[in-house]
Parts: sequence; structure tokens; C-alpha cells
Amino acid sequence: MSEKILEAKNINKYFHDPVTVKVLTDINFSVNKGDFVAVTGKSGCGKSTLLYILSTMDTDYEGELLIDGETMRQKKEAQLARVRNEKIGFVFQFHYLLNEFNVLKNVMLPGLKLNKYPAKEVEHRAMEKLKMLGIEKLALKNAAQVSGGEKQRVAIARALINDPHIIMGDEPTGNLDKKNSEIVFDIFKQLAEEFQQTLLIVTHDQGFAEKTHRIIEMEDGRIIR
Amino acid sequence: MNLKLIISIAKSLLLARWKQTLVAAIGVTFSITMFITLLGFMTGLNDLLDGLILNRTPHIRLYNEIKPNKNQPVNLAAEYKNGYNFIQSVKSGNARQEIYNSESIMETLQKDSRIAGLSPKIISQIFFNNGTIDITGVVNGIDAVEESRLFHFNEYVTTGNAADISKVPNSIILGKGLAEKMLADIGDVVQLTTTKGERFPLKVVGYFQSGLQDFDKVQSFATIATVQKLMGKPASYITDIQVKLKDIQQAPAVAKEFANIFETDAEDIQTANAQFETGSFIRTLISYAVGITLLVVAGFGIYNILNMMIYEKMDSIAILKATGFAGKDVKRIFLAIAISIGFFGGLAGLLFGFGLSAFIDQIPFNTAALPTIKTYPINYNPVFYLIGAVFSLITTYFAGWFPSRKASKADPVIIIRGK
Repeated sequence: MSEKILEAKNINKYFHDPVTVKVLTDINFSVNKGDFVAVTGKSGCGKSTLLYILSTMDTDYEGELLIDGETMRQKKEAQLARVRNEKIGFVFQFHYLLNEFNVLKNVMLPGLKLNKYPAKEVEHRAMEKLKMLGIEKLALKNAAQVSGGEKQRVAIARALINDPHIIMGDEPTGNLDKKNSEIVFDIFKQLAEEFQQTLLIVTHDQGFAEKTHRIIEMEDGRIIR
Repeated sequence: MNLKLIISIAKSLLLARWKQTLVAAIGVTFSITMFITLLGFMTGLNDLLDGLILNRTPHIRLYNEIKPNKNQPVNLAAEYKNGYNFIQSVKSGNARQEIYNSESIMETLQKDSRIAGLSPKIISQIFFNNGTIDITGVVNGIDAVEESRLFHFNEYVTTGNAADISKVPNSIILGKGLAEKMLADIGDVVQLTTTKGERFPLKVVGYFQSGLQDFDKVQSFATIATVQKLMGKPASYITDIQVKLKDIQQAPAVAKEFANIFETDAEDIQTANAQFETGSFIRTLISYAVGITLLVVAGFGIYNILNMMIYEKMDSIAILKATGFAGKDVKRIFLAIAISIGFFGGLAGLLFGFGLSAFIDQIPFNTAALPTIKTYPINYNPVFYLIGAVFSLITTYFAGWFPSRKASKADPVIIIRGK
């Protein structure tokens, strides 16, 4: 259980516009396989900024980021995209489903992009993920036609499609009511405990954070706990 | 790399915005339609106008020009060889317009593999006597069969039959304008006076209408034998040999060669009718310019619509990138959208363009100047369709390129944060 999935070494980050401001200072931490980690902190403390760096989408930082033991520093844009595709699953605050596709296709897209399995197999796997989350009956509905809570569950299914090393969530329950928040939390918990899925969730919901296995608390760009 | 996926995503984005897509595609369709129609019509017209002159003009004309002799005797004299001789008041020599040795020249030409055919001709000035006035005119002695085969003579004989001049002895075909001046009907006899002063009656068997008024007011046609008789010349007397080549482009070179071999003057079609080529060239250039302008405008339409689509789809671009689509993939998706607009719009444009051309081709177009033309002329050259197809793809590719690049450079962090 000590296999390091993700490791941040001395990460510093500045915003340059309109004046140079240091937003992250000496971030050092690691996430092991099977961890269910919450990153909390007040609004503006840099937790989302950190998540975008960890997710490889933001490359403008100092320090070292290792995913699966590999450094992300020297990788090119296309290689980083490949890492995101293969090793990271995302769940955002806003659902971010593609309204042009039905639910099933939305879930399948990252799998088709990975191109590891033939399309039929990807479809089968997508159906399994939807079943696991109890939303298989929505499969053929258009993404715009399902409710907010259901959309977030579809997004989780999509995050799972390539069996990622880690799932990252950016306020995944921030836009949901209490009941749906609980459903989403239960799914995360189930993923962590039953499937040993590594999860890194940014949230300012203390109630949510406290139920996870480990809390990283941030303030003014530093990790304080 | 996973082209199928990219195309399927592009297709879904397209169909989700099918109204905008349709507008963009209609822009391309319209411009390609106009491009094809314009070029087809313009080239049809060009061919018609060129045909007016070029079809009837020999590719090479062998004749003797009346001009001063280049080799004046003083230059041949050995004692003046080293000096520079000034000669004043040089006159054209007693040159005959007849082509010497015409029979053997024609025999040699017949054997030349570059030649499609030849027809001998006699051109002579004459006067038509019409009551008290004499009308200057030109009588062409021709071989009606060869002249029709090579230079479409029969097509311009609007009344009567070209072959009649060989069947009816002492007959003549008059230019329409000339006939109107003399009020000469078919079957009438007109009086001719040669430059030597001899009078001849000839029977009118047809009218000739070329479409060039000035031409029709002076020209008339008879057989070679008739004209030889008029002029009192022997059967070998020929003033012109008209040659039609298999490849018109060779005319200038071949003309030079013949001038040397046969010691006559030789005029090629390009030199004789340079102004027609220039005119055709300019008209074609204008058609292309207009066609391409239309396409570029359509390209801007596509550019706008893609730009709008990309702004609308920023969220989708962000999520595609977050879930592992590289900038390159996003770029390909939008390029695929642009090119499919170009492809389908262009294809429809080619079909509509063909349809519109075919329609114009049916519109009656009768004019006294162009007796052989019944409808508007259209050229269906497949090259235009090829250019249209290629250009529709190229313009849409470039119109899509900039928006696609913008999409590929979009930073998902900024988009996701912005929410």
C-alpha cells in the first residue's frame, strides 16, 4: 500500500498578471495507492491551482511533479494529454459533459481516445461503469436531458473508463444539493474502499473532507496540515 | 491515429449546429456554383469568339508578299561587298503573287505527318458592277470540300449550299452584306470586272455570313478553276496555301521552317491573331479572379462560423483536453469540420454549377452576327470542376486552420477556472 501514485516536490507557482504574486509555496506531499485524500482550505488558498498543476494541465510552475514515478517536467503537450487520458480521471464542479453526445458516448470518449480496446469493448466497459453507479438506464439519453446529480455520476463513470491511477475532483459536490452530494460521496467512498481507487478531491466542504481518509489543509498557498 | 474518433466527434459537433453549418456550406455551394457557371459561360463565349476567327483561319498560310527584294544587286556585287551600301528609292520588285511550284509544294506538304490538311486558295481583287457603280470586292477561289472540312466553310453559308459552287459552273457565293448592297438574290447573275479589265457574269448560288460585317461586305467565293478563268491564269496558279496542323501550338515553328524550305512567306495563326489570344486570356483571368474572390468570401464565412462555434464549445474543448485529447486532436476535430463543410458544400456547388450551366445552355440566343449559334455557349471543361473542387477544399482548410489553431491552444485551466 506504500506505492506512490503521485508526488509533489517543492512546487512553487506564481501568477504574473497583473503583478507577480506567489500563490503556491513549497508544496511537498505524496499520494499513495488507495488513498482517499481531501484537499481543503478557504477560497483563494490555492487548492484548485494546485489541483491543475497536479493534473498536468497547468505546466507553468517550479518544482517537480511525479506521476507513477515519472517526472512530468520534460513532457510535451501531447505526452501530457496521454498521461491525463491514461492515468487520471477528472470530476469537475460543473458537470462538463458534451451535450452533443448521449450519456454512453460521453463515458466512452476517453476510452476511444486511449484506443486500447476496440470500440465494442469500450462500450461494454462503459455500460459496466454506468451499472456500477446505478445509472445504466440513462445510457442512451442525451447528456443535456439528465439531471445535475445524474450528470455528476456520468462524469464519474467517464473518469473511471480507462481505469485511471488516480481520480481528481475539483469541488465535485460544490454544485449539488445535499442528497446528491451524499450519493456522490458514497460513490467515492465505495470506489476507495471496495476498488482501492486512489482519489484526490479538492473541496471546501468540511463535512465532506472529514469523512475522507486523509485531509490536506491549505492556507495562503502552503500546506498547513 | 484514431481518425475515426476525430471524425465522429467532428460530425456530432457539426450536426449539433446544423443550421450554422448549413449556412456556411451554402456559402461554399454558392461560390462554387458561380465559379463553375461563370467559367463555363465565359469560356464558352471565348471559344465562340475565337472560333469566329480562329476556326476559319489556317494555322499556317503560305503566300508571297509584295515587298522590296532584300538582296539588292549592289549587295551581291563582289567589289562592294566590304562597304555599307545605302540604296534610296527602292521599289517592290515585279514580284508575282503566285506561289512558284505550288503543285510540288502541296505534294510535299501532304506527306508531312504534322499536317492535318491543306487547301489551296486564290485571292483576287475584283469589282462587282452594279448598274452604274462598281463595288470593290474580293473573290476567293477555294476548294469547297477541303475548305469545309478544315475551316468550316459550309457552316457559314447560310443560304444555299457550299458544295454548289463546284456543281454549278460559273457560280459564286456572295457575302451577305455584299449581296444586300447589290440586291442579288439566289439564281441572279452578277457582273464582275477583274483588275485587268475583263468582265464576267457569275451566277449567285448562296450567301455567306461570317458574323463580321466588314468581312461580309467584300468577300465572295468561287471555285479555284472559276477564279483562274477570271484571271486568265493556268491551272497551277495558286496565291495561298492554307495549312491546318494537328497541333496548333507548333504553328510558329513550323511556319518558319516552311518559309525557309519553300522560299515563300509563311504566317502563323498566333502572329496573325495575337489580339484574340490576349482577349481570351484577359476574359479567362477575370472569370478566375471573380470565382476565386467568391470562394475567399465563402472562406471568411466559414472562418466566422468556426470561430463562433469554438467560442461556444470552449467548455467541450476544455473537457476534451482534460480527458486526454491533445491540442493536435482538437485542431484536427475543427479542421475536419471545416473541410467537411468545404467538401459537401463544394460537391453541391459542382452539381448546381453543372445544372446552372446546362440551363444557360438551353436559353435561346439568336443574333444575326452569329448564324451558327442557337443558344448561349457553355464550355463543360472538367478542368473547371477540378479547380472548383480543389479550391473549395483549400479555402475551407485555410479558413478552418486559424480557428482550429486557436482551439488547440485553448488552455483548459483558464476555461475551467472561469466557471
